[in-house]
This record gives sequence, structure tokens and C-alpha cells, in this order.
Amino acid sequence: MSGTIDRSWLLESATFSRPVIREIQRAAREGIYDIRGFGAKRSVPSFDDLLLLGASMSRYPLEGYREKCDTTVTLGTRHARKPVTLDTPITIAGMSFGALSAQAKEALGRGATEVGTSTTTGDGGMTPEERRHSNLLVYQYLPSRYGMNPDDLRKADAVEIVVGQGAKPGGGGMLLGQKISDRVAEMRNLPKGIDQRSACRHPDWTGPDDLEIKVHELREITDWQVPIYIKVGATRTFFDVQLAVKAGADVVVVDGMQGGTAATQDVFIEHVGIPTLPATRIAVEALRDLGMHRTVQLIVSGGIRSGADVAKALALGADAVSIGTAALIAMGDNSPEHEAEYNALGTSAGYYDDYQDGRDPSGISTQDPDLGARLDPELAGRRVANYIRVLTLELQTLARAAGKTNVRNLEPEDLVALTVEAAAMARVPLAGTDWIPGK
Amino acid sequence: MEFDLSVQTVRNLNAFLHDQGSSDSRVTVNNSAGRHNVAVGAVHPCRIEINGHVGYYCAGMNQHADILVRGNAGPGLAENMMSGTVRVTGNASQYCAATTHGGLVVVEGNAAARCGISMKGVDIVVGGSIGHMSAFMAQSGRLVVCGDAGNALGDSIYEARIYVRGRIAGLGTDCVEKPMLDEHGKELERLLESAGMQYPADEFRRYGSARRLYNFDVDNAGAY
Ligand SMILES: Cc1cc2nc3c(=O)[nH]c(=O)nc-3n(C[C@H](O)[C@H](O)[C@H](O)COP(=O)(O)O)c2cc1C
Repeated sequence: MSGTIDRSWLLESATFSRPVIREIQRAAREGIYDIRGFGAKRSVPSFDDLLLLGASMSRYPLEGYREKCDTTVTLGTRHARKPVTLDTPITIAGMSFGALSAQAKEALGRGATEVGTSTTTGDGGMTPEERRHSNLLVYQYLPSRYGMNPDDLRKADAVEIVVGQGAKPGGGGMLLGQKISDRVAEMRNLPKGIDQRSACRHPDWTGPDDLEIKVHELREITDWQVPIYIKVGATRTFFDVQLAVKAGADVVVVDGMQGGTAATQDVFIEHVGIPTLPATRIAVEALRDLGMHRTVQLIVSGGIRSGADVAKALALGADAVSIGTAALIAMGDNSPEHEAEYNALGTSAGYYDDYQDGRDPSGISTQDPDLGARLDPELAGRRVANYIRVLTLELQTLARAAGKTNVRNLEPEDLVALTVEAAAMARVPLAGTDWIPGK
Repeated sequence: MEFDLSVQTVRNLNAFLHDQGSSDSRVTVNNSAGRHNVAVGAVHPCRIEINGHVGYYCAGMNQHADILVRGNAGPGLAENMMSGTVRVTGNASQYCAATTHGGLVVVEGNAAARCGISMKGVDIVVGGSIGHMSAFMAQSGRLVVCGDAGNALGDSIYEARIYVRGRIAGLGTDCVEKPMLDEHGKELERLLESAGMQYPADEFRRYGSARRLYNFDVDNAGAY
């Protein structure tokens, strides 16, 4: 029957679209909210809504491949005796062992090391594989403190205190029982097979004044050697960044609402926090207001995909970016090679977001030994390295076109906005005008 | 070795504790005057005696050292300690032994709210009473309270065991009283003895997880 109707007459409701209808039906059937991985899927103002102005008469460009365009960045110059120097301002974000397989964690370390950048542990602690394969490893200090111990802390090249994540500012986490293998259970001091909840608040400090003492404790334990980052989800970004600086951070990490996650309620991912675009501009403003821009470095994340995204983030004043989802995709997540298996899970390559579920055919977001074994850490690591190389080359291409010998010389003056919204959020003029809404 | 914190800094003390080679050394700390982060990250077996009150995170992440505080301790005493012992002759503020993995923490006086929050294997013995929300999400280890416990004791507790001698203002979600079997009496006696507390084990009752919230079930949503 369905084959015989003329579908061109069918009008889909903008309010009750097919995905909305399907979600209502699912909720009515199951009685539980949707938990998934990935980041926000809705369209929000983003770096795509900005354009870079290349050089022309009033300023001259640099020759691609010939004239130097420096990409190195040093993080942690405020207090650390051993700041972290990266060859490219693109770092790998914290993703937990537990959410990801040991193979995936190793691959991320290999990839980052190959291109001279850092990778980051996650909820669940540091694995020996990732330490061994990561030349520069940032150790996350999270509310759950799963796997947290002073030996690993001292092995880290930097410490990142996680206050929040862009996908779920104000939210904790949950690793569902099916992803709790013996090894994950042991690292987290919990029985196998039970849901592991990650608290939304730190257990031993509650506000910025406490945090300052906590930062001091971590510095004392690490003998003031390594930088301390503070990561926040983008919400009240101006105040959060200033409070992080006051608490003594060397580096502030701001993760916008598009940021990926391993397992969060869909309603949280899509409806809490602000996009990476305004968050970046506000964070820079907060640092400038304190006279701390470039003294405390800024890393932004959440939906970074291309060298253009990186260039625009740096032009707004960030020192570096970090990538999560894109690195997973580079390793083989959502690859069409697994289409039949994605179909069996009721989805398709390009749509797969069930990182919480543990049945990832690519062997990345799983603790199943057979699935994990499908991911070759060397090959996947090379792909991550290739991908970051491409982003770096794209970034340099754009920076040279704007006449910059250092990618961090990109500046807001090199940007215009395509939409009124983006102009207001980034505080750069609407293209073809000198109008900055709200200014 | 002696440190006078009215002259030397907490940095001097901690650097010494991290670097010292000798295993049988005694370290005395005077004039701590409520300073934060006193004796954090100690790594060697040694005895550290602190004469005076301490602020936040005293003995944080301790490994192997035996630390005595003659005074009161601020928030986060012995947080995330891995091994060794910490004893406080006075009271301890909030989040005492938060996320602590191993060793023994003894508070001779009272401990405030969230004592043993997210504890991951430590033994805690409190001579007096503890505040509300203690042993929240406690994963493993044992918490012994010779006095009373505040509200919501053991909320969302996992596998940790709690022994309380006095009254409990209220148990948290999924925390229930459990039978005191022989093995528990013996375990408790050992803990009391190692803490130097003189109470008969049979005056205590035992609490732990009902394990009803271990796997998410929508029918339990109201319990959270
Ligand atoms: C699978 C996965 C696991 C994650 N685990 C953590 C974590 O343990 N700690 C954390 O701070 N952020 C975690 N994140 C968030 C990332 O650190 C980062 O903020 C985010 O992925 C950046 O956005 P992007 O994915 O769009 O690049 C995770 C993200 C993903 C995709």
C-alpha cells in the first residue's frame, strides 16, 4: 500500500517532526529518558557562521609551504616549572577508559605523540598503555575520583580538574553495567556489572574558595612541576573563567555545548549550556578583563572538526583547541565499513551515537574484548595523527593567507560573521558592514 | 627533623616529605596554626607529628606515613589517602577521608558532614559523632562511629560497611541495617582495637547497601 501513495503531498510538521514523533513513541513504550553518546545534534551558531578575511592590499599574505607559520604553543607558563609545549595547538580531549576501549585509548596516545601533542585520561583513571604511548599525558581529576591515585598524578605531564563538560554542565555521568569489565571494575573499586555513577560535584570542595585550596594541594603534591588546568562546561563562562583564574589555574578549558560525551541524557545534551562560539569569545574577554590573556592559556572544545574551526577559535583568542568526537571518527567510529552491524543495532553509519551501550562495532566505545580487538591501535593511531596533521595544515593555510607567521597571531580583526546571531555572539562585524550587534 | 611553620613554609615541609630518603625518620611540625595542605603527598614510611590545628586537606593522598595531628583538622582530612595512618586528637571538619583508598583514619572527636564520602577502601574510626550525608556513595572500606550519625547516612552506598554505636538521624537511600554476624563482630573489634577505642563490639549495629539501585531501573526513579 505504502508504495502507492504520492509522498510529495505529505506535509511533515515542523513541531512534530518524524524524529520527535518517534521519540514520543519510544518514551511512551519504555518509560525512561534517552541516554546516548555524541554531542548536540541540533544546529547552533558555530564557527561555520564566521569567515576569515584573507590578506590583500592592506596586508600581505605568506607563501604556502615556503614561509614559516609557527604552530607551537606552550601551556602552563603561569606557575608550572615544566609547562607543556605542543607542536600543534590541537589536543586530544579527556575520554575515559571505560567509555573507550584500552585499544582506543592507546591509539589516541599514539596519534597524539606522533604529531607532538597531548592526550588526556578521563573518568576511570590512567591506564599503563596510554601512559606508555602518550608522550604528553594530561591526567584528569574528576568528581568520581575513580582510579585517582598520587602515583599516576606524579606521572602526569599536566593535571586537569574537571568541573564540568559542555555536553552536560551540572551533570554527572553513568557508565552502564554492561560496560563494566573486570578491569574497569577493579580500577574503580566497584563490583563488576553494576552501574557506575560519576558524581556531578567534587566530594571535597564546593566553591571557588575551596577550589583555590584544592589547586594548591595538587601543586604541593606534584611539587609545582606540572600545569594545572581547570575544565568547565560552557554556561556562565565569564564568571567561571575568572573564578578558575582566581583559583590558580594555569590553563582554562572551556567546553561548549556541542561537546561530545560517552553517555548523557539527550535532553541534557541538547538543552543545557551555550555553544562553543560565544563561549570562546566570552572566555577571552574574561581573561583580558583580568589582564591574564596569554598568561593563563585558553583551550576551547566542542564541535571542532576542521582547520577552519581551529583557525577561528584561535582568531577569537584561544591558545589551543581539543577534540573528542572527531578523533573517534578518525579512528573509525561511524565508518561505513560497519554498515551491516550498525543496521543490526537499528542505526546506520553517520548516525551511530550509542556509546553508552558497549556494542560499538568499531571497537572504540566498548569493553567487549572481541569488539575491542577489532581496533588496531597502530593503524588507528596513525589515522588520528593524519587527521591532526590535516587540521594543522589547514590552520596554517588559513593563517598564512591572513599573513600570520604564527597561528596565534590570528585575531578578531581577521573575522567577519555571516549571520546577525554569530556577529552578536562573536562580537565581530556582520560581513560587509561595520555592525556588531550589541556594541 | 623539625619544622616550625611560623618560620618555614608548607612548601618546605612537603618538599622534605617527598624527597627524604630515610624510612625511620620522625618529623615534628610545630605552629601549624590551621594552615592548609600540611603534609600532603607524603610518600615514605615515617612518623609525622603535627602540634596544632590544621586547615584543609591535611595528609591528602598520603602513602605509608603515620600522621598524628594534636588538634582539630579542617575539611578533607586524609582525602584520597592510599595507605598509612592518620589520627586527629580533636575534631575533623567536612569530607573527612573523602575518596580515601586505604590505610586507617582515626578521629578522636567528632567528624562533620560527608565523612567518608565516596570512600574507596579506607577504614575510618570516629570516636564521637558524624554529620549528615556521611558515607555518601561509599564504595568500599569500613566506617566505625562510636557516637551518633547525622541524616542520610550511607546514601547510595555501594559495598562499604558502616558500624554505628549511637543513634542515627536517618538512613540514606538504599542504606539498610544488616545483621551483625560473627565475622562482623570480629572485624569491628579489630578496627576498634587498632584505633585504640574501648567500646564493646556488641554495642554497635551494622549498615550497608540494600543493593537495590545497582542497576538503573525506571521503577526506582522516585528513590533518587
Ligand atoms: C566517548 C567520550 C568520552 C568522554 N569522556 C570524558 C571524560 O571522561 N572526562 C571529560 O572531562 N570529558 C569527557 N568527554 C568530553 C571530552 O573531553 C570533550 O569535552 C568533548 O568531546 C569535546 O567535544 P567534541 O567531542 O565535539 O570534540 C568525553 C567525550 C566522549 C566523546
